[in-house]
Amino acid sequence: MLIWLLLVPVLAAVLMPVAEGWRRDGSRWLSLVALGLQALLLLPLGSDGGTWWLESRTDWLPLLGIGWHLGLDGLSYLLLWLTVALGIVSVLISWREIRQRVAFFHCNLLLSVAGIVGVFLALDLFLFFVFWELMLIPMVLLIAIWGHDNRHYAATKFFIFTQASSLLMLIAILGLAFAHRAQTGVISFDRDDLLQLQLSPVLAHWLMLGFFVAFAVKLPMVPLHTWLPDAHTEAPTAGSVMLAAILLKTGAYGLLRFSLPLFPEASAAFAPVAMTLGVLGILYGAKLAFAQHDMKRLVAYTSVSHMGFVLLGIYALNGMALQGAVMQMLAHGFSTAALFIVVGMLYERWHTRDLRQLGGLWTRLPRLSGFTMLFALASLGLPGLANFVAEFLILAGAFQRTWPLTAVAALGLVGAALYSLLLVQRSLWGAAKPAAGAPDCSRREWLVLGALALALVWFGLHPQPVLELVREPLLRVLDAPLAHSGVELSSSWLSLRGRGL
Amino acid sequence: MGAWLAWIPLLPLLSSLTLLLLGRRLDERGAALFGVGSVALAALLSLVAILLFVVSDGTAWGGQALSWFSALGLEVGFSLYFDGLTAVMVGVITGVGLLIHLYSVAYMSGDDGFARFFAYLNLFVAMMLILVLAGDFLLLYLGWEGVGLCSFLLIGFWYRVPENGYAARKAFVVTRVGDVALALGLLILVQQFGTLLIQDSVGQAQLLWADSDWPFWVALLLLGGAVGKSAQLPLQTWLPDAMAGPTPVSALIHAATMVTAGVYLIARTQGIFLLAPDVLQLVQLVGGLTLFLAACSALVQQDLKRILAYSTISQIGYMFFALGAGAFSAAVFHLMTHAFFKALLFLAAGQVILSLHHEQDIRRMGGLLRPMPFSALCFAIGCAALAALPFTSGFYSKDAILLQAYAHGGAGIAWWLALAGAGVTALYSLRLFVRLFLGECHTAPTPDNRWPMRWPLALLCLLALFGALIPQPLSDVFVSVPAGEQHVSWAVHLAVLLMPWLGLALGLWLLLRGEDLRRRFAGGILARVWRTGWGFDALYNALLVQPLSLLARLNRRDLLDLPVGFLAWLSRTCHQGLSRLQNGRLRQYVAGIVWGALLVLAVVL
Repeated sequence: MLIWLLLVPVLAAVLMPVAEGWRRDGSRWLSLVALGLQALLLLPLGSDGGTWWLESRTDWLPLLGIGWHLGLDGLSYLLLWLTVALGIVSVLISWREIRQRVAFFHCNLLLSVAGIVGVFLALDLFLFFVFWELMLIPMVLLIAIWGHDNRHYAATKFFIFTQASSLLMLIAILGLAFAHRAQTGVISFDRDDLLQLQLSPVLAHWLMLGFFVAFAVKLPMVPLHTWLPDAHTEAPTAGSVMLAAILLKTGAYGLLRFSLPLFPEASAAFAPVAMTLGVLGILYGAKLAFAQHDMKRLVAYTSVSHMGFVLLGIYALNGMALQGAVMQMLAHGFSTAALFIVVGMLYERWHTRDLRQLGGLWTRLPRLSGFTMLFALASLGLPGLANFVAEFLILAGAFQRTWPLTAVAALGLVGAALYSLLLVQRSLWGAAKPAAGAPDCSRREWLVLGALALALVWFGLHPQPVLELVREPLLRVLDAPLAHSGVELSSSWLSLRGRGL
Repeated sequence: MGAWLAWIPLLPLLSSLTLLLLGRRLDERGAALFGVGSVALAALLSLVAILLFVVSDGTAWGGQALSWFSALGLEVGFSLYFDGLTAVMVGVITGVGLLIHLYSVAYMSGDDGFARFFAYLNLFVAMMLILVLAGDFLLLYLGWEGVGLCSFLLIGFWYRVPENGYAARKAFVVTRVGDVALALGLLILVQQFGTLLIQDSVGQAQLLWADSDWPFWVALLLLGGAVGKSAQLPLQTWLPDAMAGPTPVSALIHAATMVTAGVYLIARTQGIFLLAPDVLQLVQLVGGLTLFLAACSALVQQDLKRILAYSTISQIGYMFFALGAGAFSAAVFHLMTHAFFKALLFLAAGQVILSLHHEQDIRRMGGLLRPMPFSALCFAIGCAALAALPFTSGFYSKDAILLQAYAHGGAGIAWWLALAGAGVTALYSLRLFVRLFLGECHTAPTPDNRWPMRWPLALLCLLALFGALIPQPLSDVFVSVPAGEQHVSWAVHLAVLLMPWLGLALGLWLLLRGEDLRRRFAGGILARVWRTGWGFDALYNALLVQPLSLLARLNRRDLLDLPVGFLAWLSRTCHQGLSRLQNGRLRQYVAGIVWGALLVLAVVL
């Protein structure tokens, strides 16, 4: 069952040239069919009360303790849906934008989806690493081949950043495996085995940092974020959507699935630093977004700001904040993807993303402008839209840990108002600058934007299904330290407070 | 009980959505039908609710409705709450709102954004109703930010003019600073009580917080939210600029309803504020200072709508002053009467502005009494109520504020400011009326005889005159503050009664001496300071806006990218340097080997 979730996109990717030869737009339709099949596979799944809804374990390289161990719980289920939904959106918005090497484009897109699905399912650390790398390569190609003017620079930068950081993770993974051999005599990369390890605090600290850096680069966390604006800006729209909506989430997912459960004490001790960096990201990203003239770059920096909230929420280490962080992953996935799509549509019409050349779009394209307004409002955290629930829960959770830091983080709400409304004012309002005659939303564009808008409103007013879905997995993340080390989380927090946080 | 109350905000909300989605296909008549009809129905429902509430025994209706979300450690529902305070607010919002909607049909007729206008206006009414009906702080916050959004959209309604967009953004951002404070206050409540239900958390605060610092912080943060929304010091700077919106918007949002949300918030959380007497003092001081400073500013403005804007800030200052003094019901009373006469003034101003072809500068007005007698009558009534002349509604509420405040706390600084403010208010009301309607007529106004605009004005005239007779079911809402020991002597009564007349007399004296009020108050440094709203804009510009935008400009390319760029540069340079060495020239290779060998030898030996 789980294997099919992986195989469907891979098979479709392999069949891409055939489909392209079969008929015009064949590869696009094949991609839709593949992603639709994945959705069908996901549809009937549900919890049976255990830890994993589905789990499959097969030996792969038994000599090295590497197994083909996949597992699905509420958290991965949610993120798989996000992947499939935004994958479909990516195919739809590329319909007109991508004209060259169409089959190869969709091949890369689906391989990247396959890699991401693997990341969300893998429970063997070696396997996880394989998928982690697998999703990266097609993404680099998407940027390097179909991107904008400065695409080679951006693709290289993205590649080096992620590659260098995942090398650290590989070292940490190996360290864990060898630590397991030292303790039990058997080498193992299995998450279940590694959870039982008793690590010395120093070793745990360094291994945790290895994971943390890899995940923080993906998230991205200030100051390791500088690949993101370039990659997002230069990527084709579908690439930006995949990057923003899904790829960034693998970083947060990694923290929740591996970093926190494997190193509970080290993570708790590190939490003040991580939270501070998260708050720094919120404000720094907002400030940079505010200053941009390039609309796409502006949206890219808002990602930095929004993901700062995720980092803050994750390391607040309580249920409310963790639920908020996951909610933010979802909300950011929709709202930022939507804004990237809007920028792509504007670029398609006028071949510019420069806010100084745009303006008065409400006069030219009222429908698209209405959507833009809604997405900008979601981005500024207007109550009633999904981002608000997320940010409020994160702030409420973080507040219980550290009120001064949370108060500073809340200033990010002012920052969000500044950049979002500046975006509205500079692009939608004012005298109409771009030439008249561009068509308003086509039916395909309407469908995509309408669906994203509906999702933002729906989850803004009824976030319960999401919160419900991730409640158990997140509680397990929080329970992990109690379960296998006996150290109470709260006591380590008391000492943190003593240090002024 | 109470589930049907949800329809009061839902009706305008649904109408707003319809107008947003289908507005382009509707003609003006259809759009007006939705826009006005939904508010009329909401008003009817509100009336039923208020009557039912009054004839019942006066206990509040509340109850858990649909759940919004229930996270680990926090449950939030779309719960409603209806008591006497809600009744007053709902009545004002739907009543005045309906009149302004009716007026807008004629005012906005012919504008290409007609349907969009009513969509936003309906959305505003819906959000404002959610704000006052909310039984949960987070739902209140939804309405709170929602009305801010509508204010933003409507200030920037004529979006093609860049200044409007700037004013809209300023309004939202400045109020959002206050919203952040409010949000932080809510975070404390979540942390302490684990609930955001308004009645529960206020009740728990009274039980558990008798002697702790929490009420101080929560009240202070709530006050932060209130001063943002209600344009009080130090966050008042956005309101004068907000006049860029269409005039009915100024009447509804920036005079009658939204800007009084801060007053409502403090009145709603009275229980917490009573635990924090220091903050209550601060509320009083903020109100006293604001009302006086804004009244002075109103005295010297040249723009008709800016005069009214500063006047609004000043009148809300009175409400804050009353809240801080413990005169809660007087504050809500003034909230209601102010909604009547200020809406009247704004709508009448709109009529004048429209007749003068969108002229707003009072220096180019004058002598309009003869061509526009109806507007003159409206202004006369509105100005009289604003100046608190006897037997107008404003007289009763302002008297109540000043006398009750005196009874509670005696004559402090804030009280003297409020008393002096009453004189200044009368003075600028007189100036406004004289500049508009007396003197010579310089312009050729089109007549103001559009009946669709006159009807609402006539009703508002009646309300501004007799609105004080409307009873307010507030007796069960507020805990009565222990009345002060201050005896209100006849001298105080007399001072409060005479102060507006003093202002009028001063104005008349200046007028009779032939001195132009404008020249009297427009020259000089003081007048310049007043006209710019005491220089707050310049101050914030220098302290916050400029440094921040400079910082943003300087760091547009992200300094943190420099180390990365340096690494790239370093490896490229090394690459070029080393590749230059490998040039295929045997001579250089030999030289290199020899020198290298010599170096090694030197080191070894």
